[in-house]
Amino acid sequence: MSYDEERLAEVLRRLPAPPEAWVRAAQELPTARAALDTLVARAESDAAERARIVADLEAALAAEGIEPTSPLVSELRERLSK
Amino acid sequence: MAGDAELVRRCLDGERAAWDELVEQYSRYVYAIAHQGYRLRGPDAEDAFQEVFLRVYDRLGSLRDPEALRPWIAQLTRRVCLDRLAAAGRDEPSDLEPTGVEQTMEDLDEAFAVREALGELPEECQEVLDRFFCRDESYRTIGEELGIPSGTIASRISRCLGKLRERFEGRNEPPGGSGEVKA
Repeated sequence: MSYDEERLAEVLRRLPAPPEAWVRAAQELPTARAALDTLVARAESDAAERARIVADLEAALAAEGIEPTSPLVSELRERLSK
Repeated sequence: MAGDAELVRRCLDGERAAWDELVEQYSRYVYAIAHQGYRLRGPDAEDAFQEVFLRVYDRLGSLRDPEALRPWIAQLTRRVCLDRLAAAGRDEPSDLEPTGVEQTMEDLDEAFAVREALGELPEECQEVLDRFFCRDESYRTIGEELGIPSGTIASRISRCLGKLRERFEGRNEPPGGSGEVKA
């Protein structure tokens, strides 16, 4: 298939940029995962801390400097329910 | 641009910059599949987007053929989108494939290949083509942001499209084959 400039322009338009905040949050996943591990470890070693974290998962993640995206909150909930 | 196998290797070695690169390289593709292929919007689209990268991060080590990163991410994204549609409470995921999604996937794969060629052009071309075609910025905004006269933007876009065409068609000449990789 021949690609004239008009066609190339049309093809380029198919991949618009997602919101920058989404990209940043995804790039922060290694940090988020480490913070999540820390939170779980703290919850496992201290009942009061566990209660505090479980009471507000989003706030607990945010307090670690992590964007509390829905998948991360779900994962934290699941790990603390084990 | 380094190949996907190299990118995967660096990610698995724990190189933080490699993960940033992977997200940067695939964010548009994942977003487009969710948005155009599965018509997810707002929080559903954002949740799916984050879920895909979480799965990629967790499962990258299980990818058998690192050169198959793109089809693997496509497959993960489609699964996540279907799960999200199912969670909305309608049907089983297998009943939820939107009409035309296969054609959309073909279109997006083609766009991904063009974008890879774009990544091999000089920075000034990448910038001006991305701003105009993917971010819908006006000549005036592009001119202001890049510090170039807005009257020269149209000619720069045309020149850069010409370079992109050469680069893209050069990548696709035989004996390169289709470039399709088995997942």
